[in-house]
Amino acid sequence: MSYQIPKFRHPELPVNELGYTRAAYEGAISTLCAGCGHDSISGAIVRACHELSIEPHKIAKLSGIGCSSKTPTYFLGNSHGFNSVHGRMPSVVTGAAMANRELLYLGVSGDGDTASIGMGQFAHVIRRNLNMVYIVMNNGCYGLTKGQDSATADEGSASKKGDANPFSAIDLCGAALQLGATFVARSFSGDKEQLIPLIKAAMSHRGFALIDVISPCVTFNNTPASTKSYEFVREHAEATGTVDFVPMRKEITTRYTAGAAHEVTMHDGSVLHLYKDADKLDPFDRRSAMLALMDHQNDGTVLTGLIYLDKDSRDLHEVLETTQRPLNQLDETDLCPGNRMLMNINASLR
Amino acid sequence: MKRLESVNDFVIKFANVNGTGSASANNLFAKALFRMGLPVSPKNIFPSNIQGLPTWYEVRVSEKGYLGRRGGVDISLSVNPQSMAQDIREVEPGGYFIYDDTKPLDLRLQRRDITFIGLPLTRICNENYRDPRQRQLFKNVIYVGALAALLDMDFRVLTELVADQFKGKEKLILPNIQALELGHQYARENHECPLGIRVQSADQVGDKILLDGNTALGLGAIYGGATVAAWYPITPSTSVVDAFEKYARRVRIDPGTGRRNYAIVQAEDELAAIGMVIGASWNGARAFTATSGPGLSLMSEFLGLAYFAEIPTVLFDVQRAGPSTGMPTRTQQSDVLSAAYASHGDTKQVLLFPSTPRECFDFGALSFDLAERLQTPIILMTDLDLGMNDNMSEPLEWDDERRYDRGKVLGAKELENMERFGRYLDVDGDAICYRTYPGAHPDKGAFFTRGSSRDEYAVYTEKGEEYEKNMLRLLQKWDTIKEYVPGPEIISCGKPTDAAVLYFGTSEESSREAVDNLAREGIDLDAMRVRAFPFNQEVEDFIDAHERVFVIEQNRDAQLRTLLMAEFEFGPDKLKSVLCFDGTPISARNIRKQILEHLPGNNVTPLHRKVRAGAAGDIA
Repeated sequence: MSYQIPKFRHPELPVNELGYTRAAYEGAISTLCAGCGHDSISGAIVRACHELSIEPHKIAKLSGIGCSSKTPTYFLGNSHGFNSVHGRMPSVVTGAAMANRELLYLGVSGDGDTASIGMGQFAHVIRRNLNMVYIVMNNGCYGLTKGQDSATADEGSASKKGDANPFSAIDLCGAALQLGATFVARSFSGDKEQLIPLIKAAMSHRGFALIDVISPCVTFNNTPASTKSYEFVREHAEATGTVDFVPMRKEITTRYTAGAAHEVTMHDGSVLHLYKDADKLDPFDRRSAMLALMDHQNDGTVLTGLIYLDKDSRDLHEVLETTQRPLNQLDETDLCPGNRMLMNINASLR
Repeated sequence: MKRLESVNDFVIKFANVNGTGSASANNLFAKALFRMGLPVSPKNIFPSNIQGLPTWYEVRVSEKGYLGRRGGVDISLSVNPQSMAQDIREVEPGGYFIYDDTKPLDLRLQRRDITFIGLPLTRICNENYRDPRQRQLFKNVIYVGALAALLDMDFRVLTELVADQFKGKEKLILPNIQALELGHQYARENHECPLGIRVQSADQVGDKILLDGNTALGLGAIYGGATVAAWYPITPSTSVVDAFEKYARRVRIDPGTGRRNYAIVQAEDELAAIGMVIGASWNGARAFTATSGPGLSLMSEFLGLAYFAEIPTVLFDVQRAGPSTGMPTRTQQSDVLSAAYASHGDTKQVLLFPSTPRECFDFGALSFDLAERLQTPIILMTDLDLGMNDNMSEPLEWDDERRYDRGKVLGAKELENMERFGRYLDVDGDAICYRTYPGAHPDKGAFFTRGSSRDEYAVYTEKGEEYEKNMLRLLQKWDTIKEYVPGPEIISCGKPTDAAVLYFGTSEESSREAVDNLAREGIDLDAMRVRAFPFNQEVEDFIDAHERVFVIEQNRDAQLRTLLMAEFEFGPDKLKSVLCFDGTPISARNIRKQILEHLPGNNVTPLHRKVRAGAAGDIA
């Protein structure tokens, strides 16, 4: 294991449209266990941001507490980051997003941080359709405190300790759909082909975008009896279809197989191509998405890919009718009504 | 029987039923006196209930300008049979009891030492109105009309006030004036008017205004440049954000686009509310929340993070009696300790203690400057008494030349010329470091915000010496803070004395009155009103200069005194407590009595062993 990221880079590393190499999107070296699924997700975030040509400093990354919430140190080193309080990342992002609507907000959380202590804030940030990407690094256990079952652990699944989990699992995608989420996806940390375009699509979505990424815990929950192990997920994952994401500026130069089942233009002009399998899922219909989730649950398989997308999503800023200028850029002239107004108020109080 | 007699100096208490529209009629009465040039101090004493339970409205009239609770009731006006026995008991000997005598009074309630005055309110209403809701509403207006005759109020002031209050709803003016006249006429024809207690126009209010502290706070947030308000409804703080919204709708709409220069988010709970404030402040917007004790408890974890991570945070705490299922509609100053040391780990929080609506406005706006300058939570401590009652106050004022103090923030230009940015590096020697907003510069100035496991450059570390160094810098910053927060207000009695009183917030008016009364009895006391925590040097010097200091506060555990003893070396022998915690505002008579008990030669039973008559227990 190395303790430093070498400064040396290949001189011909590909640069994106802004002239940045991928290194500009990397962070400090990870201190998670070797083989942790979370590191793969961090890698996918780095690639997605690089390929999307987002200026690194225009992203704010925020997290709660847990293994997952440590990862923002390990990607996007040129972005402001905020490691907040257990389960309360959504509220901090809500405030931050209200203050400046021009940044891209990336929230990173885990299954404990989201499905237990943070369930309330998770539910309400979805209701408000805050414009953010919410990635759950879901390993079904509390890794930092030595592997206790989390609320997303499937009933009957057993971690390293060996006891089968007696409680029913919270399906975050199902919960999000029920709560009115406008972008719901599930992926697997071991499947970057699927994860990277999903992250890109989520970043282009205006509104709340959830990606529940199953991310095995190699230390505590990668056992034969676990339903969140690499082996189990590889064998039981069923993708909704292939997803390809085309940023707006690149569309002309990229070629696509004819006959893509769906082509969705996102609000920023990017195009999402969905190559559908012969599946019953219609990802633009909430009921169909919920049914598909339940069907897979009944079959004991894990549905991955884009599960639901609301093309007409209105985010919180639109609902609150806030000004287009970031609130943090307003000054006295915009904000302070002056003494004359106060004199009128005084007069009405006599 | 000797009847009470006075001009422009009395306490009247209205006994009503919750939810019958009495508040606006009582308010009409108080405001009319105010317009007659008389200092008034109306206090709503209401239950945590929607409809049906007893509610009271106490008005202090004092030409001398004493606005605190005096204690005792000179005139009781009762339209609530439920509380009648207690209301009669409370009247001072020689006082007056005005009641609805449509039904005869229970003879067992008679007292020989007070004057009973009957007004057949129900009968008058039944004769004049057919709609039951009108009967209920106008009953209140009729007794105000009767009081105008009994107290010799200027009737024209009342009718003008009605016209002002219903501006835009002109249809309502005439019926209300008619109701006033019905009462006025009945009293004049059936009772000797005026009573021994009466009023006459004076010129004692100048340009003062009548305003509740919560509205003043909401306005303070508007003028202070708040753009993000995140909150969870809780009595008695709710009207702070209501006021902010009301005025924001008026003055914060972008003229070009019609869009809003503010965002109000009603959070799912207080934990989220403070999280949103911290997120918005971290990102460079001025943000605030308003809450009360139970909310403060819930916010405590986040307050610790904001303290350690040094994120500006503005919190308005409108205090009430604890706990959550306590007495949410009763006043107290009982969050002092939980706010001062809010959170786990070594934390100290900055507190501001306004005592008038004007100070709510000033300190409210100041909170944002202080939070950003000092990069720490600012908790403004008001209470239900100040927040929800109309208080007579200096008019609000704003200096149009004033610019917001946004504190130490580095922008793209400054970052460009920098070698290395250190978020927690004390460059100026005042222990306050520079911060950056997200998105400031492409490759300089970004940092990772976390509680405490980092060095001066915000790089992750758990080295003990780094932690300790940071904690000592925060302590040094605490000293810097003392230079920025409002200092105490000291009032010398002008004579040599070794005794003094110390008070804060809404105890001010009653304390001032008690000090004046004691001076007349030959007991001279200097006075100091503390306006902020941390205490600065003046506070220490003042206590040092006196042998005995009576610390007056509205809680059981002498919380401010505890804070004084924790921060200074003073002991219990020097600081004596004067307390009130029955949920009603502390009264001048109560303060006087407790100070007398503490004085040498008055060695009576310790306070806490005594059964206190008239405590809130038998009110609620």
